[in-house]
Amino acid sequence: MTNHWIDIKNADAVLIIGSNAAEHHPVAFKWIMKAKDNGAALMHVDPKFSRTSARCDFHVPLRSGTDIAFLGGMLRYILEKELHHKEYVLNYTNASFIVGKDYAFEDGLFSGYDPKSRTYDRSKWAFEKGPDGAPLRDESLKHERCVFNLMKKHYDRYTLKTVSDVTGVSEQNLLRVYDTFCATGKPDKAGTILYALGWTQHTVGVQNIRTSALIQLLLGNIGIAGGGINALRGEPNVQGSTDHALLYHILPGYIALPQADWQTLEQFNKANTPVTALKNSANWWGNRPKYMASLLKGWYGDEATPENDFCYGLLPKGEKNEDYSYMYVMDKMYHGKMKGGFIFGVNPMNSFPHTNKMRKALDNLDWMVCSELHHSETSDNWQRPGVDPKACKTEVFLLPSAHRVEKAGTISNSGRWLQWFDKAVEPGGEARNFADIFVPLINRLRALYQAEGGVLPEALLKLNWPEKFDPEEWARRINGMFWADTKVGNKLYKRGQQVPAFGALQTDGSTSSLNWLYCGSYTEEEGNKSKRRDPSQTPMQARIGLFPNWSWCWPVNRRILYNRASVDVNGKPWNPDKTVIVWQDGKWVGDVPDGPWPPMSDPKGKLPFIMNTDGYAQLYGPGRLDGPFPEHYEPVETPLAAHPFSKQLRSPVYKFHTSDMDVFAKAADPRYPIVLTTYSMTEHWCGGGETRNVPNLLECEPQLYIEMSHELAKEKGIKNGDGVIVESARGRVEAIAMVTIRIRPFTVMGKTVHLVGMPFAYGWTTPKCGDSTNRLTVAAYDPNTTIPEAKACCVNIRKADKLTEIA
Amino acid sequence: MRFSRRQFLKMAGAGALCLTLSQLGVDVSEALAYAKTLKIEGAKEVQTICPFCSVCCQVIAYVRDGKLVSTEGDPDFPVNEGALCAKGAALYSMYTNDHRLTKPLYRAPHSDKWEEKSWDWTLDQIARRVKDARDKDMILKNGAGQTVNRLESIFMMGTSHASNEECAVMHQALRGLGVVHMDHQARV
Repeated sequence: MTNHWIDIKNADAVLIIGSNAAEHHPVAFKWIMKAKDNGAALMHVDPKFSRTSARCDFHVPLRSGTDIAFLGGMLRYILEKELHHKEYVLNYTNASFIVGKDYAFEDGLFSGYDPKSRTYDRSKWAFEKGPDGAPLRDESLKHERCVFNLMKKHYDRYTLKTVSDVTGVSEQNLLRVYDTFCATGKPDKAGTILYALGWTQHTVGVQNIRTSALIQLLLGNIGIAGGGINALRGEPNVQGSTDHALLYHILPGYIALPQADWQTLEQFNKANTPVTALKNSANWWGNRPKYMASLLKGWYGDEATPENDFCYGLLPKGEKNEDYSYMYVMDKMYHGKMKGGFIFGVNPMNSFPHTNKMRKALDNLDWMVCSELHHSETSDNWQRPGVDPKACKTEVFLLPSAHRVEKAGTISNSGRWLQWFDKAVEPGGEARNFADIFVPLINRLRALYQAEGGVLPEALLKLNWPEKFDPEEWARRINGMFWADTKVGNKLYKRGQQVPAFGALQTDGSTSSLNWLYCGSYTEEEGNKSKRRDPSQTPMQARIGLFPNWSWCWPVNRRILYNRASVDVNGKPWNPDKTVIVWQDGKWVGDVPDGPWPPMSDPKGKLPFIMNTDGYAQLYGPGRLDGPFPEHYEPVETPLAAHPFSKQLRSPVYKFHTSDMDVFAKAADPRYPIVLTTYSMTEHWCGGGETRNVPNLLECEPQLYIEMSHELAKEKGIKNGDGVIVESARGRVEAIAMVTIRIRPFTVMGKTVHLVGMPFAYGWTTPKCGDSTNRLTVAAYDPNTTIPEAKACCVNIRKADKLTEIA
Repeated sequence: MRFSRRQFLKMAGAGALCLTLSQLGVDVSEALAYAKTLKIEGAKEVQTICPFCSVCCQVIAYVRDGKLVSTEGDPDFPVNEGALCAKGAALYSMYTNDHRLTKPLYRAPHSDKWEEKSWDWTLDQIARRVKDARDKDMILKNGAGQTVNRLESIFMMGTSHASNEECAVMHQALRGLGVVHMDHQARV
């Protein structure tokens, strides 16, 4: 989230799209209702009517996978009616940047496309630069190749009629949302966009979110109270586990995984340290070498010296453009190329798309280590229905894991608050937390390497590694410490003392930090700030629900990101009633500003979007793999044979695999004419691995169902409560029919398109409740993130003669 | 002087409110007697956090004699203000239910059953397999002769259930091993 949970109450308009917040974030929904109590308009754009819709001013049903068309129409509406926040757009976004002559967009394809490799040459999209290397700007916004005019041209095709034809949303409903939300383009109004997996799990997932960024930037809604783009993150610590990068492509703190081409730390730093020619751009990533050196120092301690590149050479290096993500691991596993692995606290045999392929792939492992609270469809895959255990060679180690109340540490909520939890009781049975598995495991390996030798033992033996796990000690390590006596300002810090903030991190090995974003969370002066429980606030902070003394929030306790954009160039808030920061008597008051510099009108002032090299927010984003402007493409499985935006039916660069099991329905395939979307529910947690084992929750939601309209049910001869067989090109699933007005048929391109919805919380280890819905979903991926398109695929349904998976 | 709502309620409960009610002639002895029978009586309050979505509602765990006796939303936490959803409210039964795994289990190749094992045996076995795979499969140099120190045959999946400190431990351990196939729920 750019903002935080409580801040939602400050919005004048709330657009919930790609999320069912009332059911999936019920407690957070109170802040949405608080906004409503304050007079805000609430809108829910989602394929089905849910409890979120019921609480909103209006619900607008949308065909799954057409969000860019829907929002592209809004962009056109803003630009045509000039509803944008003009000062904000001119001063804070790259609207005025001039794009180079090589950029082009024709019939669904941007320039630089290579159909053979299915990739773009992104150098064709570069900005025009002056002799000093700074991007050229036309502040009059008249240049035909300035971003603002290219954007106008790009979205000119997104007329009400075309958008309505593709999305299945009536023109009247489109206008209701556009009118209501775009009213927040006024400087003193705020609109927030709340999304969840309904946006990310698409082959255009990243561009769905980019489209919202374009809207929010045009309306001046980023950085302000009640604004922002807010991912309602689902998993308990998915913010923290992303920050600490349990991900292949980054190291902790959003530092790229070293690549083979970067053999030395100097080469790494050269490739990863952006340079700007703009004097008023903070270019914060220019500090990256300090964060990388401090991370290496944290990992290798006294073994890391300037002379040995802080042990950089020991780190694994990826190959350029090689994808090491989940879906690629599973495909390699399917082809017998993986030996073993760890699956901790995740249940891919239920929650990954195209589960039939995943389950078969897992059989090819020699060994697997799972750590779980309960048996899961993953840990017990070897004895799944229809499979002879004797045929499966995999050795499985299943480790009992500790529950939250049985361990101590921190998590980071979706608003980036770092919250401490204490250990209430000892772990049940012999259960252990994850660190109490990895710390002794690495110690055993170190002992083995010392005793036996082996390949590259120093990568393990040189680690700064403890005998035992202590969460407080690791909280201190994450913040970081001094490795030499160091003076910061007038204060002398001794070796071993905590670093006060990331401004003090250095490239010379005098500091460590396992994650620079969290530097400042655990200091000599104030101790472990994640434990703070002080509700005090100034009256200005109280007005917007800011609690600066409760817990701590990254970065540097800044509660609203990009808050320098909440004020004009003189530091005066756009909305004085909901001030985030204000320049008063030569200093900033309110939230922690995005950097200490004075307002932009001052010669020492800086641009607000400090993480972007040139300091401006990017309406035009030449860094993404699928284009600088979001463009509508159909999901990989679509009921349409063509759409009116271009001849390019699907994303030209989405990723997929080509094994014998990777089959897809054709466009407008008559065998699979119905759109399927999937979701979670209040009583179950994602794949349901935990909540199906809690009797009271299972009793509330006992079995897999499929929601369908009365019209579709009638067409198929299905009654409410009937058993139904659902089939896609990849699998077959049994479910109970829920015939409901919550889902209505769509009229798309003049034809009726039906949509059905299913939860994905059920699996075979819970007897007779149904099995993985994801046996139907499609393994096609966003090119930027490799997130699979679990939210849209095509199926058919029929009444079941008998059910075997559901009792 | 500022009080949190909780501090205020505690004070009110202990003094002012009872006093006022008594003064008004209301007999509170029955209510006090009932309060003494509450299951949280004499229990220690421990700050914890609901383990489901990223709202991260704060929860008070009540512990007596080393046993969890109850959980409830923390009324002082500014985000949830004491509220919990169905899943958060079921935290206690999630902890106590008898489906929990309690011991390390092992399933041998081609076997049709689980066997209980000790942690020592289990970690020794895992360490052996990791080392054997690492020693055999570590790619020190790629085709272009560049040093890559990459172990491709072992993967890690998970987990956003881990605390920040556990994540830091796991990331450091896995990069130390040379693992590049590492991913978790953020990508699903």
